[in-house]
This record gives sequence, structure tokens and C-alpha cells, in this order.
Amino acid sequence: MTLIKKGAEANLYLEDFSDVLYPSGAGKVIVKHRISKLYRVSQLDLQLRENRTALEAKLFADAKVAGVPSPAVYEIDLVGMRLVMDFIEGKQVKVILSSLRPAARQKLCRLIGKQIARLHKAGIVHGDLTTSNMILTPQGKVFFVDFGLGEYNPSLEARGVDLHLLKRALQSTHFNIAEESYRDVLTGYTREFGEDADKVIERVEEIEKRGRYIQKEERAWH
Amino acid sequence: MLCLGIEGTAHTFGVGIVDSSRKILSNVSRVYVPRKGGIHPRDAAQFHAANARSVLDGAIKAAKVEISDIDLISFSAGPGLGPCLRTAATAARALASWLDVPIVSVNHCIAHVEIGRLTEGARDPVTLYVSGGNTQVIAYDAGRYRVFGETLDIPVGNCIDVFAREVGLPQPGGPHVERLARDGKKYIQLPYVVKGMDLSFSGLMTDAVRRHQAGGDLRDLCFSLQETAFAALVEVTERAVAHTEKKEVMLTGGVAANSRLRRMLNLMSKEQGAKFYVPPMELCGDQGAMIAWTGILAHRHGVKQRLEDTMVKQRWRTDEVDVPWRESRK
Repeated sequence: MTLIKKGAEANLYLEDFSDVLYPSGAGKVIVKHRISKLYRVSQLDLQLRENRTALEAKLFADAKVAGVPSPAVYEIDLVGMRLVMDFIEGKQVKVILSSLRPAARQKLCRLIGKQIARLHKAGIVHGDLTTSNMILTPQGKVFFVDFGLGEYNPSLEARGVDLHLLKRALQSTHFNIAEESYRDVLTGYTREFGEDADKVIERVEEIEKRGRYIQKEERAWH
Repeated sequence: MLCLGIEGTAHTFGVGIVDSSRKILSNVSRVYVPRKGGIHPRDAAQFHAANARSVLDGAIKAAKVEISDIDLISFSAGPGLGPCLRTAATAARALASWLDVPIVSVNHCIAHVEIGRLTEGARDPVTLYVSGGNTQVIAYDAGRYRVFGETLDIPVGNCIDVFAREVGLPQPGGPHVERLARDGKKYIQLPYVVKGMDLSFSGLMTDAVRRHQAGGDLRDLCFSLQETAFAALVEVTERAVAHTEKKEVMLTGGVAANSRLRRMLNLMSKEQGAKFYVPPMELCGDQGAMIAWTGILAHRHGVKQRLEDTMVKQRWRTDEVDVPWRESRK
């Protein structure tokens, strides 16, 4: 068992398929283990871990159906609170985005936008769209590998928040190319989502104007 | 240097006197208690105005100083209730111009963090600030105090107080709910709402009240309400700790009085390998000393204001405030 990421909610382990599932299999799998929290009463702890494990597995599956590459889930263990899924080989978009040539970056961002639109059309919001949750494979596919904060929510507000989070993630990790990258994401999003995309994009702007994200100069409360 | 800080964002009118060698000389408060229901902003402001003089005199006397010894006036300029903020601001401006000393406006939420850093020696904590008026997870990052999570609707203290009021418990409801929760045996499933890093408590409050009306056991409901609300708070705080990789956790605000919440945060901090701090209760609630100390920090680091720049800001956000004292010493 190799611990590759220790999150607040879950630990990720990289393991051999043959060790975790069937001896005849090959390749690597990721085991996502939602850990028990001592601070919660056991009933609430079980309820949250079980719901979230099951929900994430369903989101992975439905994302795939919607045409968004995501790891195949091999096992849903609602006793051990583990998901066993494909290990996606490739590069984190976070690591490569800034170093890509402009044309390649535009293509990648449009593809990301297209995939977000596909999720939204399927009634899914991702909930944590950051470039560290996206893996670019050698074949040029972009895998969304973490649906831990995802949910089924077809509302304009949820979709707006989803895009807004991505914009903020771009601004914080890819400061110098954030604006053009976000614009390209929106291009891809609009082409896939259709004419109602404008409403979602308008909502993003509205969300930004709310108290939390507003710039000091724009405020007028005196 | 002596700073006199005036707090007046909501229930509490407080005056604290702190010196620049980090010593709290006095900290005197009076708290408005509504005759029934929740806080009425105008009544609270009238209470503050009526009590300002005696609180001020009390603070001067307790500090064993003369009013003429004061070198700096600071006051809570927000966030808070407009009428209360304006009353405190008026008192601060009058004092500053009469004494002819500088005046500094202080952000109430940041003052809570700073007084904890002063007294507990936490250097760079992730702070869970929970009260009747605020619910925020605050941590310093990239030049500002950032809000890593907050309530999308009502603050957690308000959730508990309103529940208590609706089920007929005396106000403030927090201690009564905590006492009854100790005898709660059965966990009743209530809405647990964490959206990304943010929290929501209005559905939880409504559902708990509804279940009480439907004949649910009050002790079990108090227990379940606390467990559900606090687990959500701790989860969001834990995420902020994991994200920022900070090694300190601090709890402050009126809800910090709750021993169950303290225990839960302590457990989480241990799991994350972080130290856990809670300031003494008299410094967790609203008071003037935190305003005075933060005023000193701002003044010492070059924050200068003219009287006409001391407008109150009812919705002044934590992440809007320049904190030069944090930047200069890492």
C-alpha cells in the first residue's frame, strides 16, 4: 500500500490491480478510503462516509455515460468505505497548463469547458473544479478524477458556482494565463452547452458581484 | 503606548485598554439583553448609548490610568448592526477629537483572531470563529486573512439560540442546549449541509424545531443538533487545515464556550498534527480589549486614518482588510 495523498476526508493509495482485486489482472488501481473521524458520533460518521462513497461512485459512472472521461470504478465497498478505481496515467493539468504552447493550451481549455458542459447537461455539478483534479493522458483525453464534492444539481446557481470555482482556481494557480484560459473554457462550454450557456455565464458574473468576491473599490455602503 | 478600544457591533458595548507591551489593563463590557425575541438593532444601539459613559469610566478606573494617558482610540467599524456600529463609532470619534489622538477602525472578526494570537501565543492558526452573528473559518494566506469557509445563511450561534427559543428554553440558549444534550442518548438524523467549504444551518434549525413540535425528545434533539452542526464546523475547519498545512487551530467567539465543540476540535487537531488553542472565555466573546490590541497593531504598522475615513462598514469582510502587521513579520 503506497499512500499517495492524505486528504482531509480520504486517503488515496496506489496499488496493484492483482493485489486488490483479481490475481489475473494487471496494472495499477487507486484505492480511495474515506476515513472515520473520531470527532463525529459513529452514526453520523457512518452515514456521511457511506453516502459520500456511494454518491461518488455513481457520479463517476454517470460522468462516463455523459461522455466525460473518468476512472472506471471496480469496487464499491460500503463497509470499508473504499472505492477501487482505475489509476489514470498522465499529467496533472495543474503541472502542465502554464508551460503549454498557446495553441495547445487553447485546445486543452476548450476541451475542459466542453466536458464541464457535458456534466452540467447530465445534471451533475463537479463541486471542486481545480486543475489538480484533471489528468491529461498521452492520448489527449482529460480525465476528471475526483467527484468527492460533486452532486446532482441542475440549478443555474450550482452550475454558476462550478464555473466560478474553476475561474478562481485558475486565478490562484495560473495567474498569468488565467484570463485567456478561462475564456477558452467558456468557449468550449458554450459550444457544447448551447444557447443557455449565456445564462450560466451571467450567473457566474452575478456570483462574483456578491459580497464575498467583490473588489474593495466597487463597494458602496457608506 | 496606551490604546482604548471600543466594541459595539451587536449585543455588547465594551471598552478595553491595552498597552503596546501586550498587556491588557482593563476590559469592561455591558451586554444588551432583549426583553423578548432576538436582538433589536435600534434598542441595542440605545442601550449602548445609555451605557457608554459608565463602561468607559469603568474601564479607565480598572486600568488605573487617566483618560489623558490614552494615546490611541480604536473602534469596531464592522461587520455588525448599523445602529450599534454608529453608536460605537460616534463615541470613538468624540473621544479621539477631544483627546486629540489618532483613531483607527478595526475589523471585528480580525480582532477576535488577534486577541487569541496575543494571549494564547498561536502564531499562525486556522481560526474557527463561531458566535451568534458570525461563522467563519479564517486563516492568513497571501497577505490577507482569508475566509476558507463560512455560513451561507445563519450563524451557528443563531441556529442554536433560535432553536432554544422555539422550544421554550431561556436565552441565551447555548448553555441550556449543551446541558440537555449531555442527557441525549439517541442520534436523530438532521440535515447536514456542507457545500464545498461553506456551511448552512437554516435547514438544520427548522428541522430540529419541527421534530420537537412533532413530539421528539428534547434531550435527543439538543444532542443531535449539536452533533450535526459541530461536525460540519469541524469538517470545514479540518479541510482548511489540510489545505493550508498550518499546524495550529484556534477556536473563538461565543460558541467557544461549548465544551463538546472544544473536544471535537481538539480531536481533529490531534489527527491533523496541529496544536489547539482556545482563549479564555472572557476574550472569546465580544469585548473592547481585542479592538484595542488590533488598533495598536494597525497603528504601529502605519495605518493612518482621518476622522472622515472612519465610516462604519456593516458588511466589512475579513478578506478585505490590509494586515500590514502580519506581512512584516512572518
